[in-house]
Amino acid sequence: MWQGIEMLFQHPSVNVKYILDGLFFGSIFALAAYGLALVWGVMNLKNLAQGDLVILGGYFTWYFQSALGWNPILTLPIVMFIMFFFGWAMYALVVKWVIDKDLFTSLLATFGLALVIQQFINLVFGPETQTAVSELGKIKFYLFGGRIVVPEIRVVGVLLCAAVAVALIVFMKRSRTGQAIRATAQDARAAKVMGINTDRVYALTFSINSAICGAAGALVAMMFLVQPFYGITYSIRSFVIVTAAGLGNLPGVITAAFGLGVLEGYANNILGASYQQFIVVFALVVVLVWRMIRLRKARMVLE
Amino acid sequence: MSIYKRDLMIYVGISIFSIVLALVFPAYITQIAVMFLMVILAQTWDLQGGQMGYNSLGNIMFFGIGMYVSAIIQIAMLYGWGGVGEYTSASGSIKVEIIKSNYLYGMFIGAFAAGIICVLFAFVFGQIFLLFRGPYFAIGTLGMVLAVAELVSSWEWVGAGGGLSLPVYPAEDPTESGRLYFYCFLAISAICFAFISWVVSTRFGLALNAIRDDEAKAEAMGIRTLRYKVSSWMISAFFLGLAGAIFGNMSNFIEPLEVAFPTITFGVFMVVMALLGGKGTVWGPVVGAVIFHIIKETTWTYMLGYQWVALGLLIIVIVIFFNQGIMGSLAERYPHWFGIKIEEDAEEATS
Amino acid sequence: MKLTTKALSFTIGAAALAFAGIASAQETLTLGSAISLTGKYATNGVHAQNGYEIAKDLINKGGGVDIGGTKYMLEIKYYDDESTPARGAQLAERLINQDGVEFMLGPYSSGLTKAIAPVTEKYGVPMIEAEGASRSLFTQGYKYLFAVLSTSEQYLASAIALAAEKAESEGKDPSTLKVALAFENDPFSLDVRAGVIDDAAKYGMQIIIDDKLPRDLSDMSATLTKVEALQPDMLIISGHSKGAATAARQIAELELEIPMVAMTHCEAAKIIGKFGASTNNYFCPTQWAETLTYSDSLFGTAAEFDALFKATFDGYKNVPYQSAQAAAAVMVWADALSRAGSLDQDVVRDAIAATEMETFYGNIKFSEAGNNIAKPMVLRQIQNGEYAVVAPSKWASAEPNLTFK
Repeated sequence: MWQGIEMLFQHPSVNVKYILDGLFFGSIFALAAYGLALVWGVMNLKNLAQGDLVILGGYFTWYFQSALGWNPILTLPIVMFIMFFFGWAMYALVVKWVIDKDLFTSLLATFGLALVIQQFINLVFGPETQTAVSELGKIKFYLFGGRIVVPEIRVVGVLLCAAVAVALIVFMKRSRTGQAIRATAQDARAAKVMGINTDRVYALTFSINSAICGAAGALVAMMFLVQPFYGITYSIRSFVIVTAAGLGNLPGVITAAFGLGVLEGYANNILGASYQQFIVVFALVVVLVWRMIRLRKARMVLE
Repeated sequence: MSIYKRDLMIYVGISIFSIVLALVFPAYITQIAVMFLMVILAQTWDLQGGQMGYNSLGNIMFFGIGMYVSAIIQIAMLYGWGGVGEYTSASGSIKVEIIKSNYLYGMFIGAFAAGIICVLFAFVFGQIFLLFRGPYFAIGTLGMVLAVAELVSSWEWVGAGGGLSLPVYPAEDPTESGRLYFYCFLAISAICFAFISWVVSTRFGLALNAIRDDEAKAEAMGIRTLRYKVSSWMISAFFLGLAGAIFGNMSNFIEPLEVAFPTITFGVFMVVMALLGGKGTVWGPVVGAVIFHIIKETTWTYMLGYQWVALGLLIIVIVIFFNQGIMGSLAERYPHWFGIKIEEDAEEATS
Repeated sequence: MKLTTKALSFTIGAAALAFAGIASAQETLTLGSAISLTGKYATNGVHAQNGYEIAKDLINKGGGVDIGGTKYMLEIKYYDDESTPARGAQLAERLINQDGVEFMLGPYSSGLTKAIAPVTEKYGVPMIEAEGASRSLFTQGYKYLFAVLSTSEQYLASAIALAAEKAESEGKDPSTLKVALAFENDPFSLDVRAGVIDDAAKYGMQIIIDDKLPRDLSDMSATLTKVEALQPDMLIISGHSKGAATAARQIAELELEIPMVAMTHCEAAKIIGKFGASTNNYFCPTQWAETLTYSDSLFGTAAEFDALFKATFDGYKNVPYQSAQAAAAVMVWADALSRAGSLDQDVVRDAIAATEMETFYGNIKFSEAGNNIAKPMVLRQIQNGEYAVVAPSKWASAEPNLTFK
């Protein structure tokens, strides 16, 4: 443990690396978490299949490259497009039926969905780890006496994340559909009275979430790698971030995502690599407890 | 005869039937033993999820803690507390010589200690986690079990991710150990059934139901809700700890992420089984567990490769279209079987 | 209505007769195996299954196994153990008790084998396993467990010996070498790690990083950041296929310059195909290589097995040794059964124990404890996008490309 802390001071460039990696990871987490916040806020759906949608998007990206030779960066919109309709289908088949049920039902139903998606990927694409290779170079620079190498794809990834996020914000703020979604989130019944087809809004919201996850997955495949059973790690991180940031709080989601990314790097260094996963779930528990204590002061509970 | 006594008689009947079944079809004994384990898992989950309205995704934590406590105690009884580290760091290279009476003694001491330690854990964790409500309780407990599993898998002294080989039951007859675990699980499930169905028939059970129906009102009525919630969790933890301890011995080799804390298999199965059978009823979890186990064992055999798809679809269908479960639907149609008296006036008023 | 029933029962009867006719002409012998088709070991579980299948099909094509004058066709009954030891133990009980399997093939990974071996031992069911390398399996005095592969402490021993040798030839003391370890937190990898730590201690090498990677590993950059800062001479990685894939990708991305990188499961992770030239100079221990000079009468040479395997199953640029040793396990079964000339489990067990055969996979001779002592591990280095054997010297086709600064 002390050795790890010592290293942070002896090799200051390590800190830069951790912060940068936190940023790269965080941007992907932020996308997935933003999608979760969207479905959670609008249709009160706690989607445990979030991570599996991410992985599915990653597999499409990998498939298009390996089978058809498409450039993974340019494939991103196509993957989002496919995932949008996949989301629509999932909404019509499953999600539609759990919206008005109690919250635990949605957790469990989406867990079932997660199992189906995982196994679908396993059967169709095989259980191997896959990665989409972008033919990009690396950025190298020296800082604090250490060499920092950043693959360009990671920078591109952050920019793509930002682009997707900005597009979403504009869409939500400016377009009529975005307004309808926000209206439904505020008060579904009132929205219905005002002539908004809430069922369509829900379908759209879930499909948008699915597309966002697809984009995140494409970036995961390009920046890291995908395997059919990795979904749960992204689901957990999305839940940590959304629980910490709260709903409808995009700056909060982004901050929490970057924070989690950086925390993982430092936890790995100080406590050891085997504690990295522990720190993530522990953060979730801490966040929950902390929020509960704050609410109890006002004699309220987390519901 | 009270409903409770009748239920108990039926359960005794089922136990006797399954003993006969196990004697007639000895080849299936392990599967029947696991079926009773499933019954325990579903029943203990239902005490919170069904009776109290607290849907836990983390109850499997007690199963894993029980398994590890029992395993460590058995090793400590053979090699002393100082020898545990040596045994685990050899990652199973040490051959355990043990005679039958010592094995049984170790297993029962281990299992009992596991139950007690799990009760303590439930007491401590309950003070925090049972303050969460609704989905936050589910997510919080899921986080709790994942965190504990990761912690155990980093803990060198208990073997970390390398796992732990347990002493093997010394017997000339290879089928003897199968029978031993079968009777253990049968006994635990019978005691568990008797205890839980008794508990829910008392005032305690009514208090749990009151918490489920409206916690704020229950509190206003003077029910110390946290105390009830924690007690209920402690009961479940005890039986889960026992079950985990026995399951560890049955598995020969334990390992944190897949065997001791199988969050996405047993941890979810217990919920699905209770929902399938009908949550909040005494028989629901039992019926659900039996049916689920049979479905699972058949699909695992005949749908090799597609079994997880089948399971996922099953979960979706159950939670969406069959939320009340089998016993829930039956209770609606034949309320008198469940001792539910519907007053004529009330029925007229609603109809 | 009555007529139809009659007709139906007649048809069924006829079919049953016809079926019985086939059955009497060709006896079948069923081997059982619980194998990981889903879960974290699924990649290698499938490699192993492919190995079992290819050997079984070829043996059956050649007329099956002659046991005491009767020809038996081999059949393998699989269950999916979900990569879970507890499930593996239950399935072994099920194969033996319910399906009446009398002879077993092993599961994938040390953890699963550790759970299943006590069960097969208890029932006196001989098991020939090809994928459980843990040393601890062979200290338990198991009578019915046989493994065709080399045990885990041998995986990286030759890599470390090579490093020490090289350092000395450069005029350096091996004890000045700094070693970084990154091992998955699972039974097999930790077992290999124990062997590495022993070997490193023998030469007095310093272990400066010792990371245990979590199960859901998709990123090693935190570990590799430490590697970059501390500049070890040697980086050793073991984490099944996904560990190798993650490491290979990220070492290249971060342009780490480490004099020596050694990792297990290179072939299974198909790292050359995926990451190309960046994997040059990696050292990969392997149980088997297609360039070795072994051969047998079934598959021919190692190279011929390699060609047949690639033609049978899609998507393999290099045949993983997991498949080769699985095929070898089936061959040992065929050989031992025909020598035993009987289906009695104890006779067969003794026949297995007396095995002394040469296969495309290597020579097979079991020690008292049941592990194969006739076949060494091979260390290969990736040179110009191809695997080249560098140790032991008997098969070495290339000089190791290794200099410590």
